[in-house]
Amino acid sequence: MAAKYAIRKFDAVIVGAGGAGLRAAIQLSEAGLKTAVISKVFPTRSHTVAAQGGVAASLGNSEEDHWHWHMYDTIKGSDWLGDQDAIEFMCRKANEVVVELEHYGMPFDRTDAGKIYQRPFGGHMSNFGEKPVRRSCAAADRTGHAMLHAMYQRNVKANTQFFVEWQALDLIRDAEGEVLGVTAMDMETGEIVVFHAKATIFATGGAGRIFHSSTNAFINTGDGLGMAARAGIPLEDMEFWQFHPTGVAGAGVLITEGVRGEGGILRNSQGERFMERYAPNAKDLASRDVVSRAMVTEINEGRGCGPNKDFVLLDITHLPPETIMKRLPGIHEIAVQFAGVDALKEPIPVVPTAHYQMGGIPTNYHGQVVMPQGNSQNAVVPGFYAAGECACASVHGANRLGTNSLLDLLVFGKSAGESAVEELKKSPKAHKELHQESIDKTLERLARLDEQKGGASVHDTRLTLQRTMQNHCGVFRFADKLKEGVQKILDVQKDVQRTEIKDKSKVFNTARIEALELDNLIEVAVATMVSAEARKESRGAHVRDDAPDTAANPNGRDDKNWLKHTLWFKEGNRLDYKSVKLTPLTVESIALKTRAY
Amino acid sequence: MTRNIQFKIYRYDPDKDAKPYMQDISVEIDATDRKLLDVMVKLKAKDDSIAFRRSCREGVCGSDALNINGKNGLACLTAIDDLPTDKPIVLRPLPGLPVIRDLIVDMTQFFKQYHSIKPYLINNDPPPERERLQSPEDREELNGLYECILCACCSTSCPSFWWNPDKFVGPAGLLAAYRFIADTRDQATSERLDDLDDPYRLFRCHTIMNCVDVCPKGLNPTKAIGKIKDMMVKRAI
Ligand SMILES: Cc1cc2nc3c(=O)[nH]c(=O)nc-3n(C[C@H](O)[C@H](O)[C@H](O)COP(=O)(O)OP(=O)(O)OC[C@H]3O[C@@H](n4cnc5c(N)ncnc54)[C@H](O)[C@@H]3O)c2cc1C
Ligand code: SF4
Ligand code: SF4
Ligand code: FES
Repeated sequence: MAAKYAIRKFDAVIVGAGGAGLRAAIQLSEAGLKTAVISKVFPTRSHTVAAQGGVAASLGNSEEDHWHWHMYDTIKGSDWLGDQDAIEFMCRKANEVVVELEHYGMPFDRTDAGKIYQRPFGGHMSNFGEKPVRRSCAAADRTGHAMLHAMYQRNVKANTQFFVEWQALDLIRDAEGEVLGVTAMDMETGEIVVFHAKATIFATGGAGRIFHSSTNAFINTGDGLGMAARAGIPLEDMEFWQFHPTGVAGAGVLITEGVRGEGGILRNSQGERFMERYAPNAKDLASRDVVSRAMVTEINEGRGCGPNKDFVLLDITHLPPETIMKRLPGIHEIAVQFAGVDALKEPIPVVPTAHYQMGGIPTNYHGQVVMPQGNSQNAVVPGFYAAGECACASVHGANRLGTNSLLDLLVFGKSAGESAVEELKKSPKAHKELHQESIDKTLERLARLDEQKGGASVHDTRLTLQRTMQNHCGVFRFADKLKEGVQKILDVQKDVQRTEIKDKSKVFNTARIEALELDNLIEVAVATMVSAEARKESRGAHVRDDAPDTAANPNGRDDKNWLKHTLWFKEGNRLDYKSVKLTPLTVESIALKTRAY
Repeated sequence: MTRNIQFKIYRYDPDKDAKPYMQDISVEIDATDRKLLDVMVKLKAKDDSIAFRRSCREGVCGSDALNINGKNGLACLTAIDDLPTDKPIVLRPLPGLPVIRDLIVDMTQFFKQYHSIKPYLINNDPPPERERLQSPEDREELNGLYECILCACCSTSCPSFWWNPDKFVGPAGLLAAYRFIADTRDQATSERLDDLDDPYRLFRCHTIMNCVDVCPKGLNPTKAIGKIKDMMVKRAI
């Protein structure tokens, strides 16, 4: 292999500088470890910046609340597919990590008493599901922005070393299964560098760009998942994708659920508040999967709005303008910019839009990556950690509650960082010898792309991928469509293996970057389609026509056969399953129940 | 309904171009292409060598600041219908910063200035168990300051920053400085003022207001700069 590369040694390398990566970085930098944080974009451009509604914590600043209620809601929201040990851990840690953020300088909104302001959010209830509770800690409707900047600022203070506009390409994992860092490209110069590390933390975010209509940024291409899959690590529960009820029709830009938290109402073409029929108790604040399905049902039954009857309306015209301008200023701006309406006076056209990946790289609640080995279903992969949307702890199971993702990235970003620090302090060791094969994999991929002639266009192939996912694996799923979808996505995969770029420059070659991203998108797309086709029940966000609501299986959920996590392996496109952890850390298990809101 | 849009785009790839040039290119768009960024993505499908940054496509990440028909702005928030179509749309990189390639500028100097104002909360009291309290009124002081997305539209439209990018903090950095000065939880106000009390760092601002004109988030760096200047005057007497 003629290609050259440099090698740089660090104690730890973190891939990703969104919420999860920055939270982990604080832990490592403050512990004095030599750490490299690699990011495709300047840290504050990571997609955490787009989060609007808030971060969950049972601070109880406005009314009584308890982590145990939060835990119950999260498990119910997950349709019992979430691991109860990780969920208890997250809910108990919530106050601590949110208060830390405040100490870092995050500009939370305030109550009259000067405490962190909290608003209601879908699926968050008091007293084990009784009535909505104010649990979402918010900075207007710019919570993610406020949070990401506060954490970046804390890292500036801690002198964290960033590699900005570097794209990680492959995981280095040796024959014994130990992870030794990543290969990466300096986007500005095209230079390839091996980041040789004793601990590698993935915080690469989601892959929402596998769908055509998505609330996600262009950069959300599932790179961490692709890299892990190529290195033999399975992906967990990839069939579970959240479709957010309120993406701006046509544009995909998100309108936070906080709008409904502040009193917004969904209406069909008859002006009816239709959620009253689907969720008599929680109404517009039912869990996201429930609301999205209700909306699609309304549209399918002809009660959609607009000339094509293909959206519903989100109405906040009855709210006091002061409330909107104070609590939802960003939404007012988005409605003007992307829907062309003044939300003070007119309702906003919305449709369910692909939003969040519940699955990901399997981890335990210490942020360590785990996979089946020998007779353990959850053996630790040495040297490898993951947190945030790319990871599956699993706290969201089959459906995530709003505001639990920002919490997830704080709690598990921190615990992944802590675990890495502990491991490095406990057994100080030299860097293990690098694994040439892993490095060659990257070099071969780059060489293939440079030499490809008569290949497929990156733009067109990506579009076909996105349309295939949208049409075959959407809000409602159909057995025959899924079957067809598997075939189609495997065809797309063939095109991905022969993509061609015209631009061969070394300098900031965005064509090359996008082609390399597509290599990751396809792994996520195949994992999603194959896992979804195989799961023959309806649960949370995964609802199929051949698993309807019956007396034996309410809502189509089949606990006898399917109360288990999916594991997809790239090699052989193979599926395996592992059990759900139904035993929490200290409290009693939340027993299986039919989900109703 | 489709229509054809003409562009003139600044192109420069140091790997192959001896010097920059303007490329003429056009593209068919339809009703779903609402923002300039949507159209640029189409352009890139046509010519994959056009390099620009973008991420969120909703005006919150600050990636896609450009000089559009002579004015700085975000491609993702610029409606294509708001641009005159009787002549080509001219796209250039942000002025005053070194160009890496095409529409991508080197932001090092911009971030250096941001970092120079210690953009983090300084409070040396031991952190309490719970959140530090702050009244809603005190919190309100941060509105119009904390929302900055570090896009650099302002600083790269500021003549003072063009001439002294290494010495003048610039509107974005000064806005950030005031964000911490204004925060009741921050204890470093006087150090922050000391640091800015300098003929260049702060006082190069001559209230030209270009920054206010271009900020895509509707922020007002000039006002923040004025408040810092007021505080300096007050503490001098
Ligand atoms: C519009 C929107 C609104 C949301 N609102 C909320 C909310 O109100 N509450 C809530 O709890 N959740 C919300 N979510 C979900 C939540 O924001 C995300 O799940 C979360 O921010 C993901 O954070 P992360 O740190 O895992 O990843 P990200 O913030 O996406 O960061 C990923 C990082 O990885 C880097 N990266 C990726 N690939 C590579 C590579 N190959 N090489 C180098 N670097 C790489 C990127 O540069 C980036 O720094 C929202 C999501 C969206 C899309
Ligand atoms: S007001 Fe000051 S900071 Fe703004 S453009 Fe003018 S000189 Fe620059
Ligand atoms: S003040 Fe406005 S223009 Fe300047 S960097 Fe911030 S958001 Fe951009
Ligand atoms: S793409 Fe993020 S601000 Fe325009």
